[in-house]
Amino acid sequence: MTTTDLIPAAPALEQAPPVRGSRRRRREVETDADRGILSRADRRAPRVRITTNGLHALMLVLLVLVGLVPLLWLLKSAVTPTQDTLTNPLGLFPHGFAWSNVVKAWNDVHIGDFFFNTIAMAAGEWAVQLLVATTGGFALSVLRPKYGKILSGLVLATLFVPAVVLLVPLYLTILHPPLIGHSLINTFWAVWLPAGASAFNVVLVMRFFDSLPREVFEAARTDGAGTFRLFWSVVLPMSKPIIGVVSVFAINAAWADFLWPNLVLTDIAVQPLSVRLPQIQSSTDLGVYLAALAIATLIPVVIFLIFQRTFLRGGGLGGAVKG
Amino acid sequence: MTVTQQRLAPSAPRAARKHNPITWVQRGGLTTLLFLLPLLIVFGVFSWSPIVQSVIMSFQKTNLVTAPVFVGWDNFVAVFNDPLFYTAIRNTGYFAVLALLFGYPIPLVAAVIMSEVKRMKGLYSVLAYLPVVIPPVVSVLLWKIFYDAGPDGVFNTILGAIGIPPQPWIQDAATAMPSLVLQATWAGAGSTIIIYLAALTGVAPELYDAAEVDGAGIGKKIWHVTLPQLRGILFITLILQIIATAQVFLQPFLFTSGGPVNSTTTILLLIYQYAFQNSLGGAYGEATALSLMLAVFLAILSIVYFRLTARWSDQ
Repeated sequence: MTTTDLIPAAPALEQAPPVRGSRRRRREVETDADRGILSRADRRAPRVRITTNGLHALMLVLLVLVGLVPLLWLLKSAVTPTQDTLTNPLGLFPHGFAWSNVVKAWNDVHIGDFFFNTIAMAAGEWAVQLLVATTGGFALSVLRPKYGKILSGLVLATLFVPAVVLLVPLYLTILHPPLIGHSLINTFWAVWLPAGASAFNVVLVMRFFDSLPREVFEAARTDGAGTFRLFWSVVLPMSKPIIGVVSVFAINAAWADFLWPNLVLTDIAVQPLSVRLPQIQSSTDLGVYLAALAIATLIPVVIFLIFQRTFLRGGGLGGAVKG
Repeated sequence: MTVTQQRLAPSAPRAARKHNPITWVQRGGLTTLLFLLPLLIVFGVFSWSPIVQSVIMSFQKTNLVTAPVFVGWDNFVAVFNDPLFYTAIRNTGYFAVLALLFGYPIPLVAAVIMSEVKRMKGLYSVLAYLPVVIPPVVSVLLWKIFYDAGPDGVFNTILGAIGIPPQPWIQDAATAMPSLVLQATWAGAGSTIIIYLAALTGVAPELYDAAEVDGAGIGKKIWHVTLPQLRGILFITLILQIIATAQVFLQPFLFTSGGPVNSTTTILLLIYQYAFQNSLGGAYGEATALSLMLAVFLAILSIVYFRLTARWSDQ
């Protein structure tokens, strides 16, 4: 369900270069190639300049209020005594700090354990998704068996099936998996394996592999590289960008997932933060609870700030697909 | 391994190709299959088979103890006879409409303004995208605290500062759904803004030049150049938003559990309740029947939508 908003990004990766190219071409004939709605003349007009500057300042204030302030409030309240947050939620440390909130959340509420469960869940989902997408993408786009077209069609078709259709039968599959003979409920496999069935990843990787020069593969073959060698030493090293994109999305999606882990990880010992946090709400002191929420937010925000470009391009380049 | 070269080289003599299992293995058929194995297993067991099963299960009574029995359209009839089904449709529709009213114009206006920013453009994008990065569960739980109905709740304190009395937010049937939509819009607007920003950089500057030659002012340029140029992406984000809101689950589940008095029971919540919160044991048949109906409805909606917009797009 989390991938639906990313779908338009799929064709974007290969469409990006032409956009850049066409803009460069424009620059040769155009004087003001980077222009948008406003022309230079518009920008020079005092009334327009004051209005746009005003709008931009207002926009910045709104974005800070809407995007940053809630996050800062969470950080502030995580280290504020509960009583202060209850009686004066907007006050700035009227009675000092309560660093103990964080310690209590980590140790007493066992947020530390759930934090590591989340990491285990995300790491496994990441590994399975990469394995399936790279090996499958390699077979379908580089090796190209005769039945490849049908298979890619079957993979692609699952993109159009809403995730909720899978919910009940998938749950029963995890309850009674084929061949294994015992339930996967309350094991990480219950979240790792279904995560691998992401058509979005396979399509993304296939598109990237399709764009790699086939001459390189043939040269490697001529030099005596076998199929495994071709995959491991030629294709994978060339695919770092797409592996990065898939990795960032996979880890982020795992961190965000709730509905599925909530169903199949009912044992507290294996629960990730997203499943545990709603359950501890009523039994936890507010300050400690807010510290727990802050801890759960930390990693995704840090990942975002480091890989900004991947997020903003991946989420945004869909704009290159114009109707 | 050298034999596999033939498969890549299109010049390999056709006459040399014989089709039997041995030549298939020699040409690398088995190796290809080995590479496909993870995909085949994972998709087979956790995607294709559950999709087929959900169609079968919607015509069955399953209770996990005795063997499933085919019951024809009984599950569908049971769903249609459930008064909550109509409540869920109404609520989901209400959510979708409110989400469109709040959530559809805001990112567009924001993106058009942000696209004209010359300095610190990156900062604007990062700020707009921050709410998207916060894990959805944390985001909902945080807003649940913001929505505290007491006079000392975060939002009520802010409202109090400008003289508005405390609101019940998620605790009242009338304000619950708009409160859910507000949070959902906050959490989702950033990604739509980023999509529009990228689309805006793709608008050819020549079009604006031409519009100016024709004497268009700023307003006319936005109306006659920017918006028509974004038409394609606006159509796509609209249908994607409708598809996403039709499957809203997290907000009603975590904020209100469908209350007060079922005012926020959505279709997905009802499916979940049928299957997993049923005191009589999981009504898996009804749950799959309803999810299948939702999927078919969304598929038909998308097809009709793309037919219609394709006509409007080719002008």
